[in-house]
Amino acid sequence: MALHCGKTCRQYLLHLAHDNVDFRLPEIKSLLSLVGRQCVPTETFNERSPFWRLLGLSEDDVRSVMARTVCAKSAFELWGHGRTVSDLKSSILEYPTERMMPFLQQESTYKINVYTFNKTLSFKDRIEKIDALDFLPFQGKVNLKDPDHIFCLLEDYGLDPNDIPDEPLYMYFGRFIADGQRELIRSHSVKKRHFIGNTSMDAGLSFIMANHGKVKAHDLVYDPFVGTGSLLVACSHFGAYVCGTDIDYNTIHGVGKASRKNQKWRGPDENIRANLRQYGTECFYVDVMVSDASKPVWRKGALFDAIITDPPYGIRESTRRTGSHKEITTPPENFAGESHVPVSMEYHLSDIFADLLNFAAHHLVLGGRLVYWLPVYRPEYCEEMVPLHPCFTLISNSEQTLSSHTSRRLITMEKTKEPEKSDVLAQLADPRFSPYQGHNSFREKYFSGITKKNGKGNGKEPHRTKENDG
Amino acid sequence: MKLLTHNMLTSHVKGVTKGYPLLIKATEVKVNEVEFNPQFVSRMIPKLEWSALIHAAEGLGYLQDLPSTLVSNYENDEDFLRKVHRVLLEVEVIEGTLQCPESGREFPISRGVPNMLLNEDES
Repeated sequence: MALHCGKTCRQYLLHLAHDNVDFRLPEIKSLLSLVGRQCVPTETFNERSPFWRLLGLSEDDVRSVMARTVCAKSAFELWGHGRTVSDLKSSILEYPTERMMPFLQQESTYKINVYTFNKTLSFKDRIEKIDALDFLPFQGKVNLKDPDHIFCLLEDYGLDPNDIPDEPLYMYFGRFIADGQRELIRSHSVKKRHFIGNTSMDAGLSFIMANHGKVKAHDLVYDPFVGTGSLLVACSHFGAYVCGTDIDYNTIHGVGKASRKNQKWRGPDENIRANLRQYGTECFYVDVMVSDASKPVWRKGALFDAIITDPPYGIRESTRRTGSHKEITTPPENFAGESHVPVSMEYHLSDIFADLLNFAAHHLVLGGRLVYWLPVYRPEYCEEMVPLHPCFTLISNSEQTLSSHTSRRLITMEKTKEPEKSDVLAQLADPRFSPYQGHNSFREKYFSGITKKNGKGNGKEPHRTKENDG
Repeated sequence: MKLLTHNMLTSHVKGVTKGYPLLIKATEVKVNEVEFNPQFVSRMIPKLEWSALIHAAEGLGYLQDLPSTLVSNYENDEDFLRKVHRVLLEVEVIEGTLQCPESGREFPISRGVPNMLLNEDES
């Protein structure tokens, strides 16, 4: 169908940023599914290439994707493409004139850009390449500052910076449609954010997570390990109402030591709400609470449209829940609310993920998405280690490498079934539904690699290693 | 704490079977204006425990003649949606406690943030 429509079917060219490569396809797929479209690439599609040709879309579909994506830089209506200059020319000449003419009119203004991937061209070369396009019947006037239409010649010199060919491997020519939201990475950088912590999520990845989660306007989104609220910032940017909980009283209240260099203590208004206010999305702030993610504080019901979270894995923050291994001690008689700090104990990673999946199964709407990070000890990783649940379908699993031996994987799951009693039995029978086994010792393995490298333990956090003795 | 959050919270004290809704004991309540979004309010209404919302709003003095049973066709009733919007998102408990209706355990609310942590022997 869409695959065989050839010349008659419009193709759109996506130019993708060459970072977070593993996260790009799931992002574009999620954004297309928000407008009810599928991602249909051409047969020669290579996920790692910075140029993707997509079929079966309308310009509006493409615009709605570009209004959200932080993985794609720009989108074009593809007018022609080929391996050589002459291939490109004949391809452009085959493009239906009636689709080009509205953009070549006499009274319009235009400009032509040249973009090269993996090579820098001199100004003279660029001009030559633009001049070589003079077979196109441009009738408008050139206007470099504020043109009505922008055209772009994109040249792909391959992915190997050590082997840059003289001539491009592939060329594209098209009409510019829209830029993506890469600007958000700069404007929402944690460097300039009011309230941050040691583990604040990078702005780009936060937006990617919100996109993988199909977070949209009028949604209610929840982060059970909210920290300083980086994910709430991203979700509220897309018009979702946000709430979160964290076991750490100081983080939620924005008190205690600052995470910034040259700043000892947190200021009076350093909290998640102030972060949302900074970006103009305070109207989407619902609440944050001090609460233990392992405890059922939410009433029954499908309350949330998405759950987007970065659970602690005990590297830069400890994994805690309330409870004690010791004989239970009753707090003193004169106990008064806030003054008592419950003893916290280690929260095993396997339990964190089992609890998270079970919680999401009960509290997400049908079709709602759960997006979370899974820490991985790379030498031992296999796909079967990704925890599953009878109520969820795995949508994507993208790796971000942290070191030679560790990485974290962004797991996106969609709730495809309401939980039933029989699911508990299914969970017991299927090893993949059982709690996440492989990572109780993730912390030890993480530091063992560093220990080997440095010859001694990680000097930064020696006091933390004690928590594992628990 | 907004009443939308209150509507979704329950007590998790060990052994408690009827921990919902939590009783609000407020010493400071504030109304913060929030941009009205009829779509969001309409989407939330079916998810709400209506009677819990009504009791909470009444207790804080912001009932604004909202009916004790949910009306039908509320999607197009802007006046109604605005009132629900007010109690869901604009009325905030700044200081006070949330009390478990069965065990009497109180969860403190300070600077607008509920603390739902329980002690070792309670959960």
